[in-house]
Amino acid sequence: MVKQLEKLSGAKDISLPFNRRALTKIKKKTTHGVQQLFLLFFAFVQLFPLYWLVTFSFKSNQEIFAGNIIGLPERLRWENYSSALQNGDILLYLFNSVLVTTVTVFLTCFFGAMAAFAITRMKWRFSQTTLNVILLGAMVPLHAVLLPLFIVLNRMGILNSHISLILPYTAFALPLAIFIFAGFLETIPREYEEAACLDGCNIYQVFLVIIMPLLKPALATVGIFTFLSTWNELMFAVTFISERQFRTLTVGMMSFVGQYYTNWGAVGASLLIAVLPMIVVYIFMSKQIQASFRASGLKG
Amino acid sequence: MDSVLRDKKAIIIFILPVLIIYIGIIVFPMFASVYYSTLSWDGIGEKTFVGINNYIALFFNGDPFNRAIVNSFLLALSSVFVQLPIALLLALMLAKGVRFESFYRTVYFIPVMLSSVVIGHLWKRIYHPTLGLLNELLSSIGLEAWTKAWLGDMSTAMVAVFIPIIWQWIGYHMLLMYAAAKAVPNEFREAAIVDGASEFKIATKVIIPLMKPVLKVCVILAVIGSFKAFDLIYVLTRGGPVYTTEVPSTMMINTIFHSYQYGYGSAMAIFIVIECLLFTLIIQKANRNKNITY
Repeated sequence: MVKQLEKLSGAKDISLPFNRRALTKIKKKTTHGVQQLFLLFFAFVQLFPLYWLVTFSFKSNQEIFAGNIIGLPERLRWENYSSALQNGDILLYLFNSVLVTTVTVFLTCFFGAMAAFAITRMKWRFSQTTLNVILLGAMVPLHAVLLPLFIVLNRMGILNSHISLILPYTAFALPLAIFIFAGFLETIPREYEEAACLDGCNIYQVFLVIIMPLLKPALATVGIFTFLSTWNELMFAVTFISERQFRTLTVGMMSFVGQYYTNWGAVGASLLIAVLPMIVVYIFMSKQIQASFRASGLKG
Repeated sequence: MDSVLRDKKAIIIFILPVLIIYIGIIVFPMFASVYYSTLSWDGIGEKTFVGINNYIALFFNGDPFNRAIVNSFLLALSSVFVQLPIALLLALMLAKGVRFESFYRTVYFIPVMLSSVVIGHLWKRIYHPTLGLLNELLSSIGLEAWTKAWLGDMSTAMVAVFIPIIWQWIGYHMLLMYAAAKAVPNEFREAAIVDGASEFKIATKVIIPLMKPVLKVCVILAVIGSFKAFDLIYVLTRGGPVYTTEVPSTMMINTIFHSYQYGYGSAMAIFIVIECLLFTLIIQKANRNKNITY
């Protein structure tokens, strides 16, 4: 279409600037249109499965079997949600996930900041080596430690406990956390600490009172990223946890959906309940969350 | 000040928790894995030292694990050549500044936020043979002949497993690339426009070369992520039907926790570790000295 126009105008009046300008405008408009279509198409692709999840979470089996697979539900069957909540222990799993994740985030942030502080600010011989060795840990996949950890946790009798997930999660979150904290600390001028020292602060006070508050943006980055990767982790969770009462949301969903596989409404409702906290968090914090993921990618 | 910063006791207190956790949970178990991989052991009985026999078995015992390796490479290839180009295209369009820029960015990223278990179960239902979204869409446009049990059919199972994996992570790569493209100073773009460069030329000759470091990171993450892939495959097929969708991670879990071959399973774990390190180094090397600055 644009090419044809070009030809036409080229044939009629070769160098009228007015026409040219009009043409580039048209050209721009069409490329914009094509781009918007492309972007819209992918937004649709990314969202449609979720839309579908919402619709079938409100349907009954009869409705689906009768052929209403894609359409909107006849009516909102909230009873799917109440049966999911009653039968599935979802609230228990939710609690376990929140507990494990919160403690992991806290330990990662606190221990990570301490180590990064000691490495970048304090003076000792192997500080750089220590940093490099820890960063190397970011390259180790969970697979490498799965079986030995399983055996050790088993011998210690703490398989099937919150701590059997919290410790490995913290360990695997620390390298990235320390990398981000160390990088951030480099941007904080040392005068702050020097002034605090002159005022008679000891080193612990310097860390807790001066450094920690200054680290806030980095703490947010690390906290969000650790939160999300812990919340969604599956491999440790399915191998270390088999008892119902310690299941996190990911493992709990596996067994719940297996058990109620043929009940579409209840499964849909439980899946939706499982992702709802994340979606709500994302709606309110999408900027910070995206920033946190960008920072996590930078380490390469 | 200096003496405060050289306080040995304080240094130890600050660094000790991390060292203990790090050594106890990453370093020590990793060496234990290497050791286990040289054993024939079912976890309870006698440990027999078998040297590198487990590793030999990985490559020469034929189908299941060879198939798993090939599958993980296919996944890596489709991530690099399908997922990353889509992400790049989206990132470039958004970074240029279009209407609803932040809306699109936010939407594309949503699947990254969701747990793979939920996404896996959702896609399992999309592929459902009789009540699934995909078959329903196909028959509604008159393609009943194409409908099938996507995950149960050996000819389609693998593609059916790859699609959700690619789908889930497009947004992540898009975000990294978007940030890189946004970081290109506007003057470069404007200068290119003044010189009469087309949109396509600006993207390929100005923006993409400057994004190289991030693109390299994305390639590494995509490849390593494919070698480690576990969650979605575990939820969708557990490696079936008949090993068609098996990858090293799922094989490892089965070998250790279902057939109790601790030695053989550990060899698989170490294989994955070495594979990841090797490919990180190769990709890093392949692109060294080519970073462009203006």
